[in-house]
Amino acid sequence: MAQPLVKKDDDRDDEAEYSPFLGIEKGSVLQEARVFNDPQLDARRCSQVITKLLYLLNQGETFTKVEATEVFFAVTKLFQSKDMGLRRMVYLMIKEISPSADEVIIVTSSLMKDMNSKIDMYRANAIRVLCRITDGTLLAQIERYLKQAIVDKNPVVASAALISGIHLLQTNPEIVKRWSNEVQEAVQSRAALVQFHALALLHQIRQNDRLAVSKLVTSLTRGSVRSPLAQCLLIRYTSQVIRESGNNTQSGERPFYDYLESCLRHKSEMVIFEAARAITELNGVTSRELTPAITVLQLFLSSSKPVLRFAAVRTLNKVAMTHPMAVTNCNIDMESLISDQNRSIATLAITTLLKTGNESSVDRLMKQITNFMSDIADEFKIVVVEAIRSLCLKFPLKYRSLMNFLSNILREEGGFDYKKAIVDSIVILIRDIPDAKEAGLLHLCEFIEDCEFTYLSTQILHFLGIEGPKTSDPSKYIRYVYNRVHLENAVVRASAVSTLAKFGAAVDALKPRIFVLLRRCLFDSDDEVRDRATLYLNTIGGDGSVVETDKDVKDFLFGPFDIPLVNLETSLKNYDPSEEAFDIKAVSKEVKSQPLAEKKATGKKPTGLGAPPIGPPSTVDAYERMLSAIPECANFGKLFKSSAPVELTEAETEYAVNVVKHIFDRHVVFQYNCTNTIPEQLLEDVVVIVDASEADEFSVLFSKPLRSLPYDSPGQTFVAFEKPEGVPTFGKFSNILKFIVKEVDPTTGEAEDDGVEDEYQLEDLEVVAADYVLKVGVSNFRNAWESLGPDCERVDEYGLGPRESLAEAVYTVINLLGLQPCEGTEEVPPNSRSHQCLLSGVFIGNVKVLVRLSFGLDGPKDVAMKLAVRSEDETVNDAIHEIVASG
Amino acid sequence: MASQGLCPSIKNILLLDSEGKRVAVKYYSDDWPTNNAKLAFEKFVFSKTVKSNARTEAEVTLLENNIIIYKFVQDLHFFVTGGDDENELILASVLQGFFDAVTLLLRSNVDKREALENLDLILLCLDEIVDGGMILETNGPLIAEKVTSHSLDADAPLSEQTLTQAWATAREHLTRTLLK
Repeated sequence: MAQPLVKKDDDRDDEAEYSPFLGIEKGSVLQEARVFNDPQLDARRCSQVITKLLYLLNQGETFTKVEATEVFFAVTKLFQSKDMGLRRMVYLMIKEISPSADEVIIVTSSLMKDMNSKIDMYRANAIRVLCRITDGTLLAQIERYLKQAIVDKNPVVASAALISGIHLLQTNPEIVKRWSNEVQEAVQSRAALVQFHALALLHQIRQNDRLAVSKLVTSLTRGSVRSPLAQCLLIRYTSQVIRESGNNTQSGERPFYDYLESCLRHKSEMVIFEAARAITELNGVTSRELTPAITVLQLFLSSSKPVLRFAAVRTLNKVAMTHPMAVTNCNIDMESLISDQNRSIATLAITTLLKTGNESSVDRLMKQITNFMSDIADEFKIVVVEAIRSLCLKFPLKYRSLMNFLSNILREEGGFDYKKAIVDSIVILIRDIPDAKEAGLLHLCEFIEDCEFTYLSTQILHFLGIEGPKTSDPSKYIRYVYNRVHLENAVVRASAVSTLAKFGAAVDALKPRIFVLLRRCLFDSDDEVRDRATLYLNTIGGDGSVVETDKDVKDFLFGPFDIPLVNLETSLKNYDPSEEAFDIKAVSKEVKSQPLAEKKATGKKPTGLGAPPIGPPSTVDAYERMLSAIPECANFGKLFKSSAPVELTEAETEYAVNVVKHIFDRHVVFQYNCTNTIPEQLLEDVVVIVDASEADEFSVLFSKPLRSLPYDSPGQTFVAFEKPEGVPTFGKFSNILKFIVKEVDPTTGEAEDDGVEDEYQLEDLEVVAADYVLKVGVSNFRNAWESLGPDCERVDEYGLGPRESLAEAVYTVINLLGLQPCEGTEEVPPNSRSHQCLLSGVFIGNVKVLVRLSFGLDGPKDVAMKLAVRSEDETVNDAIHEIVASG
Repeated sequence: MASQGLCPSIKNILLLDSEGKRVAVKYYSDDWPTNNAKLAFEKFVFSKTVKSNARTEAEVTLLENNIIIYKFVQDLHFFVTGGDDENELILASVLQGFFDAVTLLLRSNVDKREALENLDLILLCLDEIVDGGMILETNGPLIAEKVTSHSLDADAPLSEQTLTQAWATAREHLTRTLLK
């Protein structure tokens, strides 16, 4: 029996697969770990066992809690050995096991002894281990040694202490912040890495103090930072300071630009690249600033090192998105990179060329891309697809070859994100290039024949339903759509049914055929599919019982669904089936921005007791219910809009008051939410005296005082005004809070009987045009815009004067108008010189308003804006322009 | 440990064999929370890079929003991973440091067998390059020095050791491998 076993071992030895850890088992290694307990320690053998344990952990093996504890205790015994190699392995092992808090105590004293050892290597490693496993209480004990270590003359020890400081700053910031002086000294260290670590820690200690960071950058950019890594850090901090300092560039000179530019001549490539990248990412970078950065990146393009070529081409690719002209100088170098061994570099080079090249080179580039599309990762394929999309929009005449390319790659293998990018691109091309429509739709039809992604199938079916009926021969798409009803899952089947119905409604000639198909769907196994088929059969072919006219049918099928789903959901929940039929028109169309506001609020720390006034739930429904409970408001009609709360007091004052403006057709109600933040006071008969002398079209109707306002429990008082019906009326109101103060005994909580009358000045309040506009989004802005037509348009141009940035100008105008931004157009990409923003909403009197804003930078900081408004009511158009003209 | 703000940070360092199996790995970020996620990442990275020729110069690619710098020698594959907005050249310097240090530690016999037989040195080497994602040292000889020599003197890298010192380390190394 023994013979073949030995032989087998011999065989194994000869194999290339030999490993010293062959056949290693956790159980037996844990047994071996008993040597740690031997009275006469064999250092070499112990090291080997630790290596085996570490090997197991490294291969993904896990120790149970008991096993880990046992190993840990055994390992602590090894501190007796004087063998340095073994000590190193012990340090490593302790870090890997990461002992629990009660176990840490066992090694603390050994590690603290090492921390004060004469041997540098012990000091450095003990610091790293101890800081890794320690908690706050222990940290206070060793703080003194750490401070000393930071300025240790041995750079390894200093670095170990600084790095540990960086990690500890996350958990114990207050302790680490006390080391500022030592860290500052270490920044001046002659050792390169110490300087780097010290700078990183110093910046993190001061990162919340903008002035301190700015000072740090100012002093260091003048001095000499030797380490390349530290220099890279300094470049990052400098760009951050530039970003935050904003717009003091009236003179045209950007602060610190000279420093960044000087780094382009540094001897380390790492620093050169960091500086070049920082320059290209500057906000609103000018072509003059860009030039030197582009020049060094161009040199990198012909480097022998792939990493350098990659870094340079990736950065230039990004620059090409915003400043294609600046990159054209590199085109020759880019061309040679198309055949680069590294496919990532080749892809980036081609997509850059696509952005900077001219129309004639498109076909050649396309051919080259096709050759290696299959070799590259999905991430890069998406980059290519996006480049092609923008290229196609730039050169519409080239749509044929580009569309072919897209449809070819659509048929190949790929993940969801990649396929989605392709489909999105085709959809955009169809929408923007009329000639490409029919070919593009057919490509999409073919794609859904064999598409594994339900989401994409339903998106395409929906799109087909909108665009298909408008083509010259709609009937050819029916087959593709109906095939889905046979071959797909329920979600796709349901959406195919909706698409069929759209064809039926839009093309009269197809109606009979569609009916036949829809009737077949009545026997589907899924109830959603059956329900949809039934609904559509009744609406399109019905006897007028469901919808009366043809127009209603089309509105129903094609019209935008402009009610936010959240509102619909709450209304349906509140709906009581015993009452009259549910009326969808009663559902509020206001988009709630509440969750967003809450997110912001939680970011800030609460400023003292009761300071963030916890008002009543501020949803429209809740407001409506609250107001209808006031008898005087009963006949005001339907609430049009409630504004977001406006603060009328500074934070942390005695009384916190904010106001919500409720707009009705003929009335305005101010709801003052008051909070008493003084525990020793009880307020009674609280009322706000409103002076409407600067708002002559408003007349006071009533005011509803608040009986009593105890400490820290918010209450409301109301003031109502009458105003001209159905038109926006503006005005400014000054407010005084009037009340009776009663002293409260804080121990018993009882108030005295006698009170003193008192007043408290609040800030002014304005009713502005935005109060008469509801934020209502549209699902397809382009369709909605075109359906209103140019007849109902009013266009004007405005100069907005010097602004901090384009984004800031866009933000201000959106807020001024109080409209809902559509399709994410409120986001301005950095460095852009122009921007288009789409807004929609409903004006008082239930008039839908659509606004198209075009912004452009005119000169360095001046922003010009073109405002186009479309609505069914000319006076509303004028009103919107009035808001901007007066704002 | 990933919240180091503007600081360059390393997500992981991998040393795999010619079949993509682990020799030694070290993760510093929470992007791959389980061992299975780590193994999947290693397999993915290996399969995407195995065909390229990264033997003379370090190569680079972008996978799943991570920049990966890699270099192969014999049957060993070296990788360093960082976020997609990291400076590629900084990552490359870490890889170079790791590579140089391993070459010195393995006395230029850089292959899987030698690496496994000196796994303790490789693990110490990883420990000396990056600490919790922060770069600790990128100079290969200095790293090797910190791993082997037990008298830490930062100004004398391995290449400049005195003859006796070198002889001592070599002898120790030899006896160690013989005794295994």
